[in-house]
Amino acid sequence: MEPVRVIEGQVSVLDRSDVDTDQIIPKQFLKRVERTGFGEFVFHDWSKEPGWDLPSNPILAAGRNFGCGSSREHAPWALEDYGFRAIVAPSFADIFFNNCTKIGLLPVVLSEADVKELMAAGHARIDLEEQEVSFAGRQVAFEIDPEIARRLLEGLDDIGVTLQQSDAIERYEAQRERSGPVTNTLA
Amino acid sequence: MPKNKNRERAAAAGPRSLFDKIWDAHEVAESLLYIDLHLVHEVTSPQAFESLRLAERPVRRPDRTLATADHNVPTDGSTAAAQIRDRLSRVQVETLEDNCREFGVPIHSIGSARQGIVHVIGPELGVTQPGMTIVCGDSHTSTHGAFGALAFGIGTSEVEHVLATQTLQQRKPRSMRIRYRGELGFGVTAKDLILGTIGRIGVAGGVGHVIEYAGPAIEGLSMEGRMTVCNMTIEAGGRAGMIAPDDTTFEWVEGREAAPDPLPLDEWRTLGTDEGAGFDTEVEIDASRLSPQVTWGTNPGMVTDVTSAVPEPRDEGEERALEYMGLAAGTPMREIALDRVFIGSCTNSRIGDLREAAEVVRGRRVASSVEAMVVPGSQQVKTQAEAEGLDEVFRAAGFDWRSAGCSMCLGMNPDIAAPGERVASTSNRNFEGRQGRGARSHLVSPKMAAAAAIEGHFVDIRGWE
Ligand code: SF4
Repeated sequence: MEPVRVIEGQVSVLDRSDVDTDQIIPKQFLKRVERTGFGEFVFHDWSKEPGWDLPSNPILAAGRNFGCGSSREHAPWALEDYGFRAIVAPSFADIFFNNCTKIGLLPVVLSEADVKELMAAGHARIDLEEQEVSFAGRQVAFEIDPEIARRLLEGLDDIGVTLQQSDAIERYEAQRERSGPVTNTLA
Repeated sequence: MPKNKNRERAAAAGPRSLFDKIWDAHEVAESLLYIDLHLVHEVTSPQAFESLRLAERPVRRPDRTLATADHNVPTDGSTAAAQIRDRLSRVQVETLEDNCREFGVPIHSIGSARQGIVHVIGPELGVTQPGMTIVCGDSHTSTHGAFGALAFGIGTSEVEHVLATQTLQQRKPRSMRIRYRGELGFGVTAKDLILGTIGRIGVAGGVGHVIEYAGPAIEGLSMEGRMTVCNMTIEAGGRAGMIAPDDTTFEWVEGREAAPDPLPLDEWRTLGTDEGAGFDTEVEIDASRLSPQVTWGTNPGMVTDVTSAVPEPRDEGEERALEYMGLAAGTPMREIALDRVFIGSCTNSRIGDLREAAEVVRGRRVASSVEAMVVPGSQQVKTQAEAEGLDEVFRAAGFDWRSAGCSMCLGMNPDIAAPGERVASTSNRNFEGRQGRGARSHLVSPKMAAAAAIEGHFVDIRGWE
């Protein structure tokens, strides 16, 4: 994963709440076995609505509970492939939030009022190290789990990090792992 | 000695919840959780296996991993991936089969007698057990919490992480307990209980929380009903749903293929939440006042009693929803006419669900304006239902009787609704386009769906003859 530090640029606005992952990337595009190429299908059905305007910019600003519904990582893949580097919203669905952080698409939580102002400003600078969003001449601080921030800032590979704890996993398996069920006895 | 260790920890920590106990027993290190069971399906796994291959990493514990094909499979009775006509679907199922072969992961793919929706076969085979940590690249993994397990959905990067390490990096979520007062009334089911709950707490009401459901209305539910409740936890935004295991649970698990023999009941009986354990959030709901529920909008929180009417929209989102649904505020729910009825999905496709629906349709005919289908959740459910003659009941009434899979729950296979068609569905999501582009979904219980199929519109099952 590429390190994430500063994301700056125009803001695309999607002022709707409870946007679900079925809208972000509809099911007919989940049949691919690759990780790339989902960007052209992002918001496939909504983009056919008259007046739809969601240009490819570094920052997407959206309403509360963004990314609810299915666990499909195809949703963050599509948003990232389309060009977004950060998403700012008053709240996110849990699995979607996790998925974003795994691929270096930065989810930022700001208050509802701040998100509205950022939408109006149309341009912003997000500094992950300082945990600060600048727009319309203001600086607004945001919270993020320090461990998630560290991994994003350093561009760490999660599996690599966990494998450094292989000893602890082996110890767990030797001493505390529960017995059964064993899935391969069913075959 | 693991047992003593747990006891020491329990003594030190004071009263603990079911969630706390499972969490403590699985923490390898801070925020690193050991995973007892990893379920895998064809849609969210190909990229994970591909990355493992590129990094030359093996699957750490194939014996704690189980795969099936469900989202893409046609329900026409095809018995091999090669028979799937849609090329991309075929490739996805074949890719899963190839990956499982290469990495040594046990799989029950299309054609297997054990194939089915991943959240139906886990419990059915007995691999889902009390006290476990269970993950799957699928948000409805919360279903398995019905057994007193900690079970949640993950994304593809996390699927890869679990395949490689058998652990998950996870901060401990907050906890919520929803306690129901009173019992469910006649004709009111687990589906109505959870839909009514989501209507109350909202589609983001559970975000960041693991939710334990408790109270007499929960204890009185069958395992099928409990799975329905936990299944839809994600529809309230919850990380996982759980119910304390009891005799109903143990009886259900006993004798299943992968179940331990004898069951470790001494251990399992200690899993339930201790008296006095704390929760970050507590919610109380009067179950006795719930009516059969029907959704009217484009998320599961947009729901109301079958006896009431489509509500006035309160914001732009609800206005959009009504427009998409083609509904006017004030229309009685019982006057909404239907084009299709779908009985299936990981929420309501188990044998108990099919029995309830069959009771309603027995000796009756599906309205001529309605196309109705039943899709059993697994091949085992299908076989069982056929042994009981339920397929004949449904067929005689004019239902289409299909093979197991996700089917019209999300329409990745050929089972989809046409634009503008209105569907009464026992599934879990009424999102725009979920069951087909432009299709309008109303979520209901199996009984309510069955009665709606007969009448051609919604009816209150409680007063219906
Ligand atoms: S039945 Fe529907 S909700 Fe359940 S796993 Fe399949 S697609 Fe997902």
